[in-house]
Amino acid sequence: MYLLYIAILIPFFSIPFIPLLYKYVHRIHTGWFVLVIPVLLLFFFARYYFVQQTIEPLILSVPWIPSLNIHFTIYLDSLSLLFVLLITGVGTLVVFYSIFYMSKDREKLHLFYAYLMLFMGAMLGSVLSDNLLVLYAFWELTSVSSFLLIAFWYHRKRSRYGAQKSMFITMSGGFSMLLGFIMLYVTSGTFSIRELILLGDQISQHSLFIPAMYFIFLGVFTKSAQFPFHIWLPDAMEAPTPISAYLHSATMVKAGVYLVARLTPIFGGHQEWFWTITIIGLITLFIGSLTAIRQSDLKALLAFSTISQIGLIMSLLGIGSMSLNNQYSDSSLLFAGATLAAIFHLINHSIFKGCLFMMIGILDHETGTRDIRRLGGLIHVMPVSFTLTMIGSFSMAGLPPFSGFLSKEMFFSGALTASRTMGSWFIFIPIIAWVASIFTFVYCMILIFKVFIGPYKPLPLDRKPHEAPFGMLVSPMILASLVVILFFFPNLIASSLLEPTVKAILPQAFANGREWHVHISAWHGFNTELLMTMGIIILGMLLYKYLTKFRNIYESIPLKFTLNQAYDNGLVAMERISGKLIRFYMYGSTPLYLSYLFVFVIVIVGGSLFLLNGFIFDLSNNAPIELYEYMLGFTIVAAAIYMVFTKSRLISIIAVSVIGYIVSLFFVIFRAPDLALTQLVVETISTALFLLCFYFLPRVSKYVTPMKLNIRNAIIAIGVGMTLTLIGLSTQEHHLFDSIAEYYKDSYTLAGAKNIVNAILVDFRAFDTMLEIVVLFAAGVGIYTLIKLRHTGRKDQ
Amino acid sequence: METFITIIAGILFTVGTYLILNKNLLRIILGITLFSHATHLLLMAINGLKKGAAPLLGENAASYTDPVPQALILTSIVISFALTAFLLVLGYRTYVELGTDNMKQLRGNTHE
Repeated sequence: MYLLYIAILIPFFSIPFIPLLYKYVHRIHTGWFVLVIPVLLLFFFARYYFVQQTIEPLILSVPWIPSLNIHFTIYLDSLSLLFVLLITGVGTLVVFYSIFYMSKDREKLHLFYAYLMLFMGAMLGSVLSDNLLVLYAFWELTSVSSFLLIAFWYHRKRSRYGAQKSMFITMSGGFSMLLGFIMLYVTSGTFSIRELILLGDQISQHSLFIPAMYFIFLGVFTKSAQFPFHIWLPDAMEAPTPISAYLHSATMVKAGVYLVARLTPIFGGHQEWFWTITIIGLITLFIGSLTAIRQSDLKALLAFSTISQIGLIMSLLGIGSMSLNNQYSDSSLLFAGATLAAIFHLINHSIFKGCLFMMIGILDHETGTRDIRRLGGLIHVMPVSFTLTMIGSFSMAGLPPFSGFLSKEMFFSGALTASRTMGSWFIFIPIIAWVASIFTFVYCMILIFKVFIGPYKPLPLDRKPHEAPFGMLVSPMILASLVVILFFFPNLIASSLLEPTVKAILPQAFANGREWHVHISAWHGFNTELLMTMGIIILGMLLYKYLTKFRNIYESIPLKFTLNQAYDNGLVAMERISGKLIRFYMYGSTPLYLSYLFVFVIVIVGGSLFLLNGFIFDLSNNAPIELYEYMLGFTIVAAAIYMVFTKSRLISIIAVSVIGYIVSLFFVIFRAPDLALTQLVVETISTALFLLCFYFLPRVSKYVTPMKLNIRNAIIAIGVGMTLTLIGLSTQEHHLFDSIAEYYKDSYTLAGAKNIVNAILVDFRAFDTMLEIVVLFAAGVGIYTLIKLRHTGRKDQ
Repeated sequence: METFITIIAGILFTVGTYLILNKNLLRIILGITLFSHATHLLLMAINGLKKGAAPLLGENAASYTDPVPQALILTSIVISFALTAFLLVLGYRTYVELGTDNMKQLRGNTHE
């Protein structure tokens, strides 16, 4: 059973061997070795395909961080299986295709395949994890590997830009998703998706339930390139084409779709879930198809088409989630039809979009350009490519006899179901869907007719176009034939894969043992859906015919405020603002930083003294003061104030030593003979040192700097002085417990010393003294080094 | 007496702060010295003053002043002396190497 773990980890384990094979086996393309892994995985998981209909989902668990409730739990049901088969199946074909696409001699294949395997393992892990945090870990790994793959040609500026952009957007989305997961944990106490589903209504009452939903939405929409986060996907087209085919059409962008489907049993049925997914999906569908028409780069066209198709799948999942709403429990099976359409279109899209990307890669490879304006009339030169592209495009446009037709019809019936069941003004759902499908039709036509039909333009092409090598065509051929097979025999996967998947997405709708069987047929009578398709074909043809006129109107719309510009300007603005902010307070001047510190002392210490009513003042316990003590005190004050106003530094030094000597006199009065002695000696030495320094001052600055009265500094200084005085006064009255001095007064019996202070210093608390000696020693060594060490080898300027 | 000493310490803190905020290196070091003096006075004052004889058992007095703050201050005096000496020599080296004692001019490389 633990083979499943090995299956997930095999791609990761293979990574160290790929560079070895690349380095030591020159004659064989590294891709051939790598191909073994997806093939093995495909066969391994295909075994479950047949057992999946009858047996319960597989659950395996290995504790990872049990104390934090994190277990590496694998949950293999038909939804996971569907994604696993897509990942390994398309993965196999993409690796095979890349063997012919990536040059053995020019490209760094070891990096390419290492990143690809990292991605494949991460993707398998995220669709098979039951634990939300493990899912998140794998989810971020897909972002990282996608980043590496987009910037595979890292010497190109556009690649680096695209990689950075996709990284920013998907990572911030992923982070918000993590917040959502943690909120779910707070509501329920578990990270396991299965347990969350079982908790059901219980957690939906929690106040964090809806915020968690929206935080997870951010992750889903960024990953799946939904509006307005779709802007990274067109820029990710700088990646090598096999990567675009694999990551940015078939697998990674569907991770968001997977998560929506996976979490539908938890969130489905709530209005917020339905509205957000459906509306965002429809907007994305519309904008993606509209923008795809104006692209001149074939890969950008496909990128926008991917965005729009995933919007379609999302909106269908949104509609399907209403099947869990109690209000519509009678028609829940009709809504389940929308979920079925979503899953079916998901499969179809992965197949035909993979095929189309590979065809664009072939065109690029054989002609040297992907620009629509430079291509044309290739039908005679590349007949096989033409056929395959046509199959893919027609399937995307939703034409018979290709599988896209079936899922598009199901899409329309899903949209119509929503408007019929939920009220007549929901009619906007099928209308938007229909209009977007017209645009879809138009760009599919552009893809075929602008490239393959029309005048042949041999001159501007870099290479002489010719048909691609057979090996390169194998993968798209397989995908194209799947498109046709699925149209004629949709029931091959209907009962074995689609039906259990829908039941896995909407378990509550089928909980009461209702009979429901999927049966897809190519011909289902004259109905509204068929009429809609006919309308699409007719209007689409007209629109394509007048495309140039239409495009003129289209391009006259000012594009100043596009989302890309907003993103770029936002980045620039953020950089500028943070720079300004830092330059505003990091001025580079030490007095300024010190005044920050002092102001904080005043605000925090003084403020808390004030707020907590900590100030107590009581004169009654004070010792009496003699006249000469007053005189000493006033001398200190006079000396200190004189220091502020004197121009001469020599006088300042002398004033400090006056203060020092009077402090030692105070120590005499306070009955501290040791302190008085030490203070006298130390003050004498310090004064000597100060004078020594003064002697060595640069001649200019000895007298010339008069101290200008600085009001701001004066206010800060007075504030600090006041704060510390008030604290000093208050502490005198706060005697929380008796002094421990009584113990030390026994020092003669305890330590054999009559001088208590000395006994404390060398006996009771001798560690302090030892370290103080160390401090003195360190200062001595430091001073010696400072004086002796000169610039010898190193010169700064 | 305690209140008087505390207020003196507060004035020393005020002047010390004002000197530390100055842009002249020597005055900053003088300000730090004032800070240590004020701290020592405050430490003495907080525990009560003149509450008995000097903490020498040979005095045979009925009560002695608290010896603990005295020990603490003695340690502190030595440490602040080490600090002052080091700072002074550092300032001296700054004068010698950079030819200035103005904090506004000590700002690293201008092209940053």
